[in-house]
Amino acid sequence: MGFAGLSLYSQAVLLLAGLIALTSFLMLGQSRLVRLVLVFAIQGILLAATTAVVAGVLDFPHLYISAGLSFLLKGILIPIMLHRMIYRLGLHRELDTIEHPARVMMGGAFLVVFSYYVSLPVVAHSPLVTLNAVAVSLAVVLLGMLLMITRRQAVAHVVGFMSIENGLFFAAVVSTYGMPMVVELGIAADVLVAAVVFGVFFFQIRESIDSLDVDRLSKLSEADKP
Amino acid sequence: MALLLAGISVLAALLSSVASLAAGPNGLAWHGMLWWMQKTPFRPVQRGERLTPGRFSRLARTTPFLLLGVSGGFAVTAGMIALLGGGTRTATLPFGLPWLNWHLALDPLAGFFFCILGIPLIAASLFGPGYVREFEHGKHTLSVLGLFTGLFVAGMELVLLADDAFLFMIAWELMSVASYFLVAYQHEHATNRRAAFLYLLMAEIGAIAIILAFGVLAGFAGGLTFEALRSVALTPLWASIAFVLALAGFGMKAGLVPLHAWLPEAHPAAPSHISALMSGVMLKIAVYGFIRFAFDLLPSLFWQWGVLVLLIGSASAVLGILYALQQQNLKRLLAYSSVENIGIIFTALGLSLIFQSSGNSQLGTLGLVAALLHSLNHALFKSLLFLGAGAILHQTHEHSLENMGGLIHRMPKLAALFLIGTLSIAALPPFNGFVSEWLIFQTALQAGGIQSGILRSLIPTASAVLALTSALAATCFVKVYGVAFLGLPRSRHIARAREVRHPGMLAGPSLLAAFCVLFGVLPTPLINALGSLTQPLTGFVLPNISALGWLWLTPVSPEVAAYSPALVLLGTVAVGWLCYYLLYRRTGLEPRRAEPWDCGFGGLTARTQYTSGAFSMPIRRIFEPVFDTCETVEEQTEGPANTRVTGLRYHFQVLDRAWLVLYEPSGRAVTRLARRVGRLQAGNIRTYLGYSFFTLIVLLWVVS
Amino acid sequence: MAWLMAILQTLLFIGLAPLLSGWIKRVKCRLQNRKAPSLFQPYRDLRKLYRKQPIVPQPASWIFRAAPYIVFASTVLAAATVPLVAIHLPTARIADVIVLVGFFALGRMFLVLAGMDIGTAFGGMGSSREMTISSLAEPAMLMAVFTLAMSAHTTNLSQAVNFVLDSGLVLRPSFVFALGGLILVAIAETGRIPVDNPATHLELTMIHEAMILEYSGRWLALIEWASQIKLMLYGVLIANIFFPWGIAQTFSLNALALGLGMIALKLAVLAVMLALSEVLFAKMRIFRVQEYLSFAYLLSVLGMLSHIILEAAR
Repeated sequence: MGFAGLSLYSQAVLLLAGLIALTSFLMLGQSRLVRLVLVFAIQGILLAATTAVVAGVLDFPHLYISAGLSFLLKGILIPIMLHRMIYRLGLHRELDTIEHPARVMMGGAFLVVFSYYVSLPVVAHSPLVTLNAVAVSLAVVLLGMLLMITRRQAVAHVVGFMSIENGLFFAAVVSTYGMPMVVELGIAADVLVAAVVFGVFFFQIRESIDSLDVDRLSKLSEADKP
Repeated sequence: MALLLAGISVLAALLSSVASLAAGPNGLAWHGMLWWMQKTPFRPVQRGERLTPGRFSRLARTTPFLLLGVSGGFAVTAGMIALLGGGTRTATLPFGLPWLNWHLALDPLAGFFFCILGIPLIAASLFGPGYVREFEHGKHTLSVLGLFTGLFVAGMELVLLADDAFLFMIAWELMSVASYFLVAYQHEHATNRRAAFLYLLMAEIGAIAIILAFGVLAGFAGGLTFEALRSVALTPLWASIAFVLALAGFGMKAGLVPLHAWLPEAHPAAPSHISALMSGVMLKIAVYGFIRFAFDLLPSLFWQWGVLVLLIGSASAVLGILYALQQQNLKRLLAYSSVENIGIIFTALGLSLIFQSSGNSQLGTLGLVAALLHSLNHALFKSLLFLGAGAILHQTHEHSLENMGGLIHRMPKLAALFLIGTLSIAALPPFNGFVSEWLIFQTALQAGGIQSGILRSLIPTASAVLALTSALAATCFVKVYGVAFLGLPRSRHIARAREVRHPGMLAGPSLLAAFCVLFGVLPTPLINALGSLTQPLTGFVLPNISALGWLWLTPVSPEVAAYSPALVLLGTVAVGWLCYYLLYRRTGLEPRRAEPWDCGFGGLTARTQYTSGAFSMPIRRIFEPVFDTCETVEEQTEGPANTRVTGLRYHFQVLDRAWLVLYEPSGRAVTRLARRVGRLQAGNIRTYLGYSFFTLIVLLWVVS
Repeated sequence: MAWLMAILQTLLFIGLAPLLSGWIKRVKCRLQNRKAPSLFQPYRDLRKLYRKQPIVPQPASWIFRAAPYIVFASTVLAAATVPLVAIHLPTARIADVIVLVGFFALGRMFLVLAGMDIGTAFGGMGSSREMTISSLAEPAMLMAVFTLAMSAHTTNLSQAVNFVLDSGLVLRPSFVFALGGLILVAIAETGRIPVDNPATHLELTMIHEAMILEYSGRWLALIEWASQIKLMLYGVLIANIFFPWGIAQTFSLNALALGLGMIALKLAVLAVMLALSEVLFAKMRIFRVQEYLSFAYLLSVLGMLSHIILEAAR
């Protein structure tokens, strides 16, 4: 049948999947925290758009609410909170330089191919055509973890964690056409609470070690340093 | 008939060895001539003397090369008859072991590689007599050079003719050892000695790997002939072991990364026409060995092998050209560029293996044809470049690009030939380097037919690496041509260089340049001729290659891709001439010479030009993790608080990372192991008596 | 008959290229609140250059004199193979899209050799930087081309355009990414801001201009014209491969007129976008160009990966 034979809605879902993967890569390469949060907001908005398109295809009204919720939460509220936190901590002037951007990017591409390889058996057994996007969602989860590993600033860690949650949400939307509403609301509340708790933690870390560079957290270890 | 011609070719090569041995200053012919002159003392010595010492030395120089040229001519003829005729011709010689005579065979694959051998050989034998003149009064005799050249060529030809593993290995060793002596020809320099030792060491390790590979096959088969080896049935495990051993052995001789370290050491050390033969021909003999082993002798292919070959080939291509960009020594740069081109050939072979093992014979054949075509093209343009470098060396005694410049004004004919070589190696249409790279891209693009998604994403990535390689190759050779031939001369002896005068030294490169242009503009008849070659190896002949006629190249089908290099050349020449006519002839404005723009400061000298190291500096910075660079800047200052800088010296050196990672640790491990084993030699006589006693007891026990 | 059409299309191509440059300059001047020169000023500039006596610098050889002709000829040949107004022309079969990249490489090599021929630091600097940028841009461009070729199962440009036309409106992620990569590469290869400023006077900031610093008279006219044709070539490639609607599939007069009108419209829109980006962005430092080009390469690789993962039938 090929790609051209799919309906326009299915093509739109796959196109949005590709764009979400692009935003994950862009987040890997950003050294400024303000832009990182902006790209994360774009990822949230794309996710909301995907949910809306799937809602339109299947005519599930509750998915529209889910789309609106994720747009509000992930596209607007959490990015604004992170933005304010960055400005209050004075981090908007700092550069979180990545040591070897080329290697990180190559690692990212390898993760995409790997998640495609891993999700092959899952996709083969299912009649849903948009299931191809499961590979992309797994890739977004793995890229979020890579983001957490390669960054020193704690705020970037939060963004990575949120991005992992974005990937899981995307997988749910694409493979099972949305989770039950209760689960959806519960996860949204969890994410909001996590963001608030992170914010509190940041101030606490800052007071202890006078910086938000997580590599310096090793100063708190008991072992004798030579 | 073809086998007879090939045999004559081998004999001619051996005769050239004998001739040069005889013609040396201590040789038979010299003594003979002295004896003859002594025998007839009353003969007038001024007039009518047919054999003056000067004429004699010229004859002595030329005869071995004449015989080599004859050998090359017969090789090309034999190869073409075998290639176009198809089928295999075999023979058995009564040499060798009593139960295993030497088996010879000439099939189309060997015939094609005979052509690859013959053309650079003819060019080198045209080039040789003028070039070796400078060695005549040097520290070493020409006879040694000629002797080992003949043995080297004979060894390569016997490798191509061999039909059993025994003759194959004998000829392989003959080739390696003869070229060792050639590399060590100027052994008064320590670097040459070191290079020759490294070359011999790695050649022998490679030969051991090849012997083991043949041994795996022979262990399961009945005998050592290729006939017997072909019909063996192997488990996948043993087949993979044999394949990896063959890849290691032939790859070491071909110069794949990381086993390439001998190439950039050995090729600059040898005389230039020998470097041309080693780089142009000997590396292709290794490719022939690999193709013979993998496609012909092994019973079946697996796609994992293809992925391995593809990865190693891509890595060699990219690393080879990155290191080539950083070299200042012209011949060392050309050697690294050979590493790159061998990487490209093995990339094509890897693609062919992947497609062939997936059952897609058409694309497997296309990949194999692309690899074979690139072997031929590389032999042509690399020999051309090495002969050109040899001519520069002969006229100016200059190795380093940093001292050259402006040679296009002093040596215009050589510059024109070198330009053709540069355009071919940079893979630009309509020359021959572009055709083979285009075919490799077309093969890689058909990856959509493969089932496995991982392979479908790996193959385009490998072709992107190939694209990077060809762009970097263009950069490298623009640097070579621009720094060596264009601009202003950077040293005095270059400013006074003279054009090559010996006609042979221009004729050899001209022949190669003509073939580069010919195979670039008319590749389709050549690829059609390879049909009989691919049939026994992959079981397929490309059907559509000339679907639109002999002017067009359509590898898969006319709708998928089409290229007409002849029309491209015609179009370029037509448009160029039309512009020239309309703009120049009609307006008639003659150009005027003036000084270049100097920002109004004046005083532009040759020192203000870009140097070779400066040209490649951005690449060095961008690809920094690949290189092992040491840069030093020394300042000479004077004045109060050392603030005035009067002199600045910048020195940078790029070392091959493979040394640090692979060779030095291996060397250290071997030394450590040798020291441990060396404890056996305690020096104590009682210990030695104890060894003999112990051995005697063990033997008695075994026998009983 | 078809060959005649092909030659006419090529002449139209090279004839309209200076007009496109004039239009870009006009839009840019308007955006910068300056008074713009006439739309036909590039033609007048070329005519002025033809009538001047060319000057050859002292160290230059025959390569300096031959390079403008070779550069122009290879660019014209490239223009002959790209479908401008109509597809299914016979010249499209002489060279496919990989050979097109090869044509650009041929012209670039001779221009770089001419830069080294002058024997000054500027020539060497321009040549070195130009080759570095092109060696990074070529893999990105070829990867974008491969993505296209893997969908269309051909590298022949005419056939590829035909394939996209026949498929109708399809939202392929791989095409979106390939388009992004190709746009970034086109800016780098044609030497526009943010990679290279075509209107700079400072020699140390030049890339393309530094190579042709010594050219004058008819040679400079040929090289300028060739770079205008190259800019139009990239524009036509982007417009006709990714948005080919309106291009003539037959040789009837109506179809050709529609094709001409559509391509003019698409090029005008692309020119406005280019002028906007030139005004909004600043020129990058030379060692930042590698990050820019690796981003272009990343987009192309993502395009290829999304073709395999999301689009290919299992």
